[in-house]
Order: sequence, then structure tokens, then C-alpha cells
Amino acid sequence: MQKITLPIKDDVIRALKVGDSVSLTGVMITGRDAVHKWMIDTFVKKSRKPAGDDAEVYEALKPILDGGAIYHCGPVVAGLDTGAYSFVAAGPTTSIREEPYQGDVMQHFNIKAVIGKGGMGPKTLEACSDVPGVYLHAIGGAASLIAQSVQQVLTVHKLDFGVPEAIWVIDVKDFPAVVTMDSHGGSVHVEVETQSKAQLDKLLAS
Amino acid sequence: MPDLTEAFLELVRLTSTDLPPDVEASLKRAREQEAPGSAAQSALDTILENVALARKNSTPICQDTGTPIFYVQHPPGWSTTKLKGQIRTAVAEATKKTYLRPNAVDTITGKNSGDNLGDPAFPTIHFEETEGEDLIVDLILKGGGCENVGAQYSLPNGRLGAGRDLEGVRKVVLDAVFNAQGKGCAPGVLGVAIGGDRGSSYYASKEALFRKLDDENADSELAKLENRLTQDANQLRIGPMGFGGETTVLGVKAKSLHRLPASYFVSVSYMCWAHRRRRMTVHGDETIYE
Repeated sequence: MQKITLPIKDDVIRALKVGDSVSLTGVMITGRDAVHKWMIDTFVKKSRKPAGDDAEVYEALKPILDGGAIYHCGPVVAGLDTGAYSFVAAGPTTSIREEPYQGDVMQHFNIKAVIGKGGMGPKTLEACSDVPGVYLHAIGGAASLIAQSVQQVLTVHKLDFGVPEAIWVIDVKDFPAVVTMDSHGGSVHVEVETQSKAQLDKLLAS
Repeated sequence: MPDLTEAFLELVRLTSTDLPPDVEASLKRAREQEAPGSAAQSALDTILENVALARKNSTPICQDTGTPIFYVQHPPGWSTTKLKGQIRTAVAEATKKTYLRPNAVDTITGKNSGDNLGDPAFPTIHFEETEGEDLIVDLILKGGGCENVGAQYSLPNGRLGAGRDLEGVRKVVLDAVFNAQGKGCAPGVLGVAIGGDRGSSYYASKEALFRKLDDENADSELAKLENRLTQDANQLRIGPMGFGGETTVLGVKAKSLHRLPASYFVSVSYMCWAHRRRRMTVHGDETIYE
């Protein structure tokens, strides 16, 4: 188990290989479907003009994401009525939905670690080589356990996206994950898909 | 008719936080089958640790507490309007108590209702009048990740060489498992429906998921199909979380429906390893959970 502190330097990323277990410590954000679309539309492709607190949130996110991590997660949060937020359950959501956006978002913000489940596709793998970055696989459904690594909820942006879709800024300690896509073109997901396809073809022929 | 709001709240809490014993036992067996020190075994260790922690702390096993799907069997004379009202109140209360994540999003505006109450179809509640005296309520919490990898096929399917028979069914179901890879939080449980129209077929594929993992299908042909599919799916070696490994599915539950001569649908509902399924029976003054 390799301990990694956020923000992450390039040489640390380059040393990580598919199959490595890591534990992350530091400040990261959650971001999933609505957040990725918002980032791309407003700041990367600029197909819509910033409105409301968009510009302010963008400035707040930049330093956290520079060398940082984004977690595909829609948590269960306590303290919604008081503002004294804490994470009750916080496992990863399926990452592949962010495939159209993720590579560009990584490039734009210099994101080094994308955390989620189920793996991502060729565009993200290419961004992992270029930025460089890694895809970290957390254990899907292990929500109560992972929530324990969240020490503190520092703040929340875009709560109007809804609790699962908001940008939660969290301070984590020893957040557990496995490298399943690295900065050298390696992907567990490509490997497993290739070998399972060969098995499937055999089973369809039998 | 009694006010069962509190009883429904307990059903939701139990379903979200306490994995059924048959599912946990199956995950433990899967763990024993993986190579020591493998990513697959490590994933199952984490899963089992999380299951125990969620139970102990009464917190959700998974943060995606999904679509609450209720199947209510009620004796003659019960008001389904009242039952529906009590269930909806309990769901909103369970959300406040963080047993459920607010999950009901208005598709047009994108607004999350905040309390898991959407239009009349959210949460999903099915009612059926039965002959007995007991009220029986089954609940499944079905997350979005696994719902997204569900699939429906119309046979014959030329690409897969699948004809209109159980062999054809086997082929398309394996294709669905392959396409899901680890994205539905493998090792999953498959609910498979054969026949029906598109709507009734999907509905039946979810109904099939209410069966216990260790029961046997009363139809011997379907029982054979379930066993064969479980074995074949595990030969794909997608493994827990899609890390590669011995266990890709924990089990398959199949159901057959009458169909039109022109149609032959196969519907696959994929349930993640966090197969949150519970039953509540109201028998006189007594409420039993299993």
C-alpha cells in the first residue's frame, strides 16, 4: 500500500503502475455527471456563459484540482439542515458516464487522479498519459467504509445540483483505492474486457 | 387498517443498512474462491468489511440507495391509497434520517426533490390483492449503476447467433454480462425474464430478484438454465469489480411469461452485489422482518 499525499507530483504519478494499491490523504472534490457537464460547457468548450456563482466556484476549484483528485461520488450527507455536514456513505459511482468529458477536464485543471469505479475508456487513458494522471478504482458499494476516511467536509459548491451531484470539498485520510489505469497506457479494464471477450466467443460457439 | 408508517420506515432502514444473510453468505463463499492476495479477494474483503460496518452503525451499505421498489400483497379491503401515502411518508422520513440518499430528480428541470418523492411512480409501488390475511411487503433498493447495465433483447439475434429457444436466451444473457463488465458492481445477481411484452418483461426480471439466492426454480427447465448461466457467466472471469477473477455473478433467477407469437423478449435486470432486498409481513398485531 503506497501512501500518497495531495497534490501529487508528476514523478509520483509516473511511478504508479496498474495493480498498485494506494491510500490518498489530502483535500479533494467530488464531481459526477452534472459537474462534468458544467465544467465542459462553461469553462472548457465555453458553449454557455458563466452565470450566478460559476466564476467564483471555478476560482475556488482551480487550486484544489491543480495536481489534485476528483472523486466520482454522490454521497449520503448528514447535517443538511444545520450546515454541519458529514459523510454517512460515500462509495464511488460508475465512471464511464464521464468518458466524453474526463480527458478534457483533466487537461484543463491538471487533475492527477480520477477516482471512481468500473474504469474508463480510451480518451481518459490518453489523458492519463499526457497530463500525466491515473485512474484509481475504489470498491463500489463500500460506502460506509469509505465514508470513514473522510475526516471533514470543508465546504460544498453547487448544492442546487442536488446532494448527489454537488461539489463536496472533502479532507480525506488514507482513502483506499487501486490503480487500474496508469500513465503508461496500462488498463486493467482493457485487459479484462479482452480476455472476457475471448471467453464469451467460446461460450457462444459451444 | 393500522398506520404502518413506522413499520415501513424500519423496512427501509433494514433494507438499506443490513444485507440479507443469503447474499452475505454467498459473498463469503466467493471470497474463499479467489486467489489469496488477488485484487478480487481484496475487493471482497473490503465489501464484507463494509457490510459488517453498515449493519453495526445502521448506515447505508451503498450511497446509491437507488430506486425503492415496493411489492405489496394485501388482503381484500385494504386501502392502497392509504398504504401508498404511508410508504411515501416513510420514504421521506428515511431520507431525512440518512438511510436513503435523495434520489428523485426531475428529468426536465434537473431539480432533485430532496426527499425521494417524485411523481406518483417514484418510489415504485406495486399492489396486488391476495387471498390471505397477512400484508406482505417486499422492498428492493436498486442502484443506478447496475440498473444502467440492464438489457433487453429481441430474439432471434443474428449477431449473437441466438434463436428463439433457451439456448438463444443463454447467449444473449451472457452478452449482457459481458457488456456490463464490472460497471454494475460485480459480482451481481441476474434477474432474467423470458417472454412478455417489453414492459411486462422488464417488470418480471425485477420480480425474479426477490427470490432468495439459494432457492431452486420450480420449473426444471428454468432451473437448469439458471445453473448453466451462473457457471458460464463465471467463466467470463470478469470478477469482483471487474478486476478479473472467479466470481462474476452470485446467481441467476429466471422467469417465463406468455408472449405474442411475433415477440420473444429476453430482459436482464442486473443487481449489484449489494442486493438490498427485504420482506415485511404484518400478521395481526405482529410485524415480522426477514
